[in-house]
Amino acid sequence: MALFDRYLPQVEAYQSIRAFGADPFSMRFDAILSPTEAEYGGRRVILLGTNNYLGLTFDPACIEASVEATRTWGTGTTGSRIANGSFDGHLTMETALAAFYGRKHAMVFTTGYQANLGVLSSLVGRGDHLILDADSHASIYDGARLGHAEVIRFRHNDPEDLAKRLRRLGDAPGNRMIVVEGIYSMMGDVAPLREIAAIKRETGAYLMVDEAHSLGVLGATGRGLAEAAGVEDDVDFIVGTFSKSLGGIGGYLVSDIADFDVLRVVSRPYMFTASLPPAVVASTLKALERMQAEPGLRSKLAANSQRLFDGLNAMGFTTGATASPIVAVAMSDTAEALAFWNSLLAQGVYLNLALPPATPDSRPLLRSSVSAAHSFDQIDAVLDAFATVGRSMNLVAPAAQRTSR
Amino acid sequence: MSQSAVTDLTVHQIQQAVELVLGRSVTIDRDTDIARDLAVDSLALMNIVMELEDAFDVSMPLDRLATVQTIGDLADIISSLRQAA
Repeated sequence: MALFDRYLPQVEAYQSIRAFGADPFSMRFDAILSPTEAEYGGRRVILLGTNNYLGLTFDPACIEASVEATRTWGTGTTGSRIANGSFDGHLTMETALAAFYGRKHAMVFTTGYQANLGVLSSLVGRGDHLILDADSHASIYDGARLGHAEVIRFRHNDPEDLAKRLRRLGDAPGNRMIVVEGIYSMMGDVAPLREIAAIKRETGAYLMVDEAHSLGVLGATGRGLAEAAGVEDDVDFIVGTFSKSLGGIGGYLVSDIADFDVLRVVSRPYMFTASLPPAVVASTLKALERMQAEPGLRSKLAANSQRLFDGLNAMGFTTGATASPIVAVAMSDTAEALAFWNSLLAQGVYLNLALPPATPDSRPLLRSSVSAAHSFDQIDAVLDAFATVGRSMNLVAPAAQRTSR
Repeated sequence: MSQSAVTDLTVHQIQQAVELVLGRSVTIDRDTDIARDLAVDSLALMNIVMELEDAFDVSMPLDRLATVQTIGDLADIISSLRQAA
């Protein structure tokens, strides 16, 4: 058997996707013109699949901070913080994050993916129990695999199912850690965190929330779902990322737990990788400031999300239940999703094509992520593109029969 | 009940769980290869396990799946979990 024979089904599936048109998993942008526009194949496209929720990637203050840090501190750290030391910015960033969340401790990882690897593999160990929402991100599953806790899944966003599975563990020894996400990355739905927090209190479990997609998006000050749901005191650990609302890259953990710093010498994904470069630390710190100073970004994002969500639903597309910056349209099969995705690109709209098994319920998705930097005109142009493609594929009623928005 | 009758019953319930998750009818026995014969991907297998946990009222940690290739492997894990309970 040749080395890659095991991937034959994936090779065939990928070939058929590429034969259809553009390669959705290897898009090449020739220029990024703004947080919401790029040049692709010699023309301008609206970017609707970037997770750039606050549109801060081209913020002049963030860019300036980044340039200045590179001049002062160099292009990279060339090593891990444990072996090679920290730069001032890493510690400043951790202090700023702890202060933002009102927590005692924070630590920074090189990516959001590594944050989940590093946190889930070290918070719990052999004999403990990790109870994951079934729709958890791949990084949560991979972090669970990297550690040695016993991993049980509960039905997505179903507190009763969570309670049942905790009960089923009975009096088995070991700690219980419940893991949920603030906003789920595929459908944009939000965890029922009040109910989950109540179960956590009743069962004596720990609770971790991944706010990767909800930082800067939910909550009165942008701290995420825990703040929005009013249950921050029940959340023992919050992880998140700098690569979405803050426009950089990196991940973090905040908590009040005692002896927090021991994680720095037991978490392998923290210890055995190079730390964040000064440019990224500086732009992220500035973005965290900008996010707090400008709550208007959050309200503009919410208005944009609602406009896209309402427009798609008015045309009869199947979306999630509520508006969030992630608006996903479910397609009936992969062929339809591919045809629609390619046609949208031809109409000047780029969004994400998500295929099973990376999606819930085995449905292909056209996944949008809205930005505060989108104008209403851009959202309307996206809706027009959906209408045009939808009509051409007989998925949307002809214009005359449609109620105008 | 004899051991083989218990196994038959377990295989029957696994079949029901597989059909529920895949949304189609399947024919299985102990030797059925889950990935090759049923085209079950990693996510579908985890969803099948969730159904089996409810059907048998057991907790089946995901790391146990590492050695599962056939329906018989799955049935044996369920049996050992039920005996331990």
